[in-house]
Amino acid sequence: MDLTVLLVKGIIILVIFGITLLIATYSTYAERKVAAFLQDRLGPNRAGPWGLLQPIADAGKMFFKEDFIPSQSSKWLFILGPCLAMLTALMSSAVIPFGDSIRFGDYSVPVQGIEINIGVLYIFGVVSLGVYGVMVGGWASNNKFSLLGAIRAASQNISYEIALGLSMIAILMMTGSLSVRAIVDQQAGFFEWNIFTQPVGFIIFLTCSFAECNRTPFDLPECETELVGGYHTEYSSMKLGFYLFAEYINMFVSSAFISSLYFGGFHYPFMNEIGTALENSLGAITGHNVATALGVITFFGKIFFFIFFFMWVRWTLPRFRYDQLMNLGWKTFIPLSILNVVITGAGLLYDFKYATWLIVIVTVVVVMVSSARAPKQAVIPQSV
Amino acid sequence: MQLTNRSKQVSNKEMTLAEKMYLPAIVGGLAITISHFFRKKPTIQYPEVKKYLGPIYRGHHILKRDEQGRERCTACGLCAVACPAEAISMVAAEREKGEESLYREEKYAAVYEINMLRCIFCGLCEEACPKQAVYLRHDLMVPVFMERDDVIYGKDKLVEKMDDRYIRIANAEVQATPTEPSLTRAAT
Repeated sequence: MDLTVLLVKGIIILVIFGITLLIATYSTYAERKVAAFLQDRLGPNRAGPWGLLQPIADAGKMFFKEDFIPSQSSKWLFILGPCLAMLTALMSSAVIPFGDSIRFGDYSVPVQGIEINIGVLYIFGVVSLGVYGVMVGGWASNNKFSLLGAIRAASQNISYEIALGLSMIAILMMTGSLSVRAIVDQQAGFFEWNIFTQPVGFIIFLTCSFAECNRTPFDLPECETELVGGYHTEYSSMKLGFYLFAEYINMFVSSAFISSLYFGGFHYPFMNEIGTALENSLGAITGHNVATALGVITFFGKIFFFIFFFMWVRWTLPRFRYDQLMNLGWKTFIPLSILNVVITGAGLLYDFKYATWLIVIVTVVVVMVSSARAPKQAVIPQSV
Repeated sequence: MQLTNRSKQVSNKEMTLAEKMYLPAIVGGLAITISHFFRKKPTIQYPEVKKYLGPIYRGHHILKRDEQGRERCTACGLCAVACPAEAISMVAAEREKGEESLYREEKYAAVYEINMLRCIFCGLCEEACPKQAVYLRHDLMVPVFMERDDVIYGKDKLVEKMDDRYIRIANAEVQATPTEPSLTRAAT
């Protein structure tokens, strides 16, 4: 790799870093706006036009608050906690392919931090490290409530990571590669998007990524009514800010990951036709770059939709009870994802990609039959 | 007793398989929340937009003058007696010769003070007043206090100005912000 390519790579990594931070910053704003709109309110609209300066005001507030460290805490671990959360959150966006490639001169540089053939493995490794941020933070606070929150977070993350990985296996079987770019490229045609070939896997993956991001309805680690504040009870000022910020970065990364695994990443319908037309009219290099830019825009559209979806679900569903959460993870998702793997394998054996629809069809039939046979509940009239 | 028409009978029945799947219920819930996303918001942007509070709103106190500009208050003290928060205090004085154009009766309030931190805006003072001197304005709220000294309202803040006389309008048509003087000024 010569210097120019290295330079362009460096720029791309910096840009991805910047965009990640920017999106995470404005996710906090968007969250409040979406929350407000879903609850018939208006949300922040005082700082700047439509309240757009609100994240900056919040950041200013975070910086000027007292940075409190409890006297009985393990001081260095207490500082390390948010750092770990932030570090792992920021690392994982490196392998996500944000677009096809940029051509200039004789070079063709993929729009991606690093293209490695173990991208999925890398993301899983980094995500599983993310538990340490919460765990170390909750333990170092030397507070029972924080510790309980951290334990809940850790066991939840570990439980759901199994189902997350197993639902991924089906995709890896179909693609035959651990590279995220290869997975995305395999979904070039619209009906080859993994959402159409792997509907069950998608639902499991989506739910598990909610749990991995500690988002509602899986936000048990932070629960004011049960745990005072959860694993970050003792945190104040920018340390707390880092934890919350890391959550938003995680949300962005998992949105990007979901859209590249199941929704074709930077692909969109009629992409090849549009790409060829652009290259014919604008020339091979410019046309290709414009087509790449279109792909990047599509990809960010998908990401924003999923970030919105995260918020949408947050204001719809109540929090799980802890035993229900564990039941769902261990007794439903893990068996279901193993079944998904088996069915996918059988489908691959007979060269039929859409085999997992079998699970969906069977489930729907069973549900309809059982609800038809269920005894009708007598409606007791309400005493007036 | 039924409080709303949307209440549902709670039961401990076993969930059917479709209910155990959660997904149909989740999709239904998502549909409900997203329909709220596009709904018109009932928010009133308060300092910029003010709502008409209605003709019987109890706001800022006022000590009325009569048509000739004489203070109606005779310092009888009934308002202070009626006040459950004990916010009103006054000092009575006798009208001197030559002050007939200032005070309507022979006795008047030399000092009339309302502690706005204590006042609960119950309106008992205006009901107690035999001379129809004290009213709670329907169109003006007590402004936010900046200093502790500001909370005792003396006669300088309470007695009405003759060029901006307060009358009570029972007009449901009024939509504009009612603190505009044009709405409260007498027709004269």
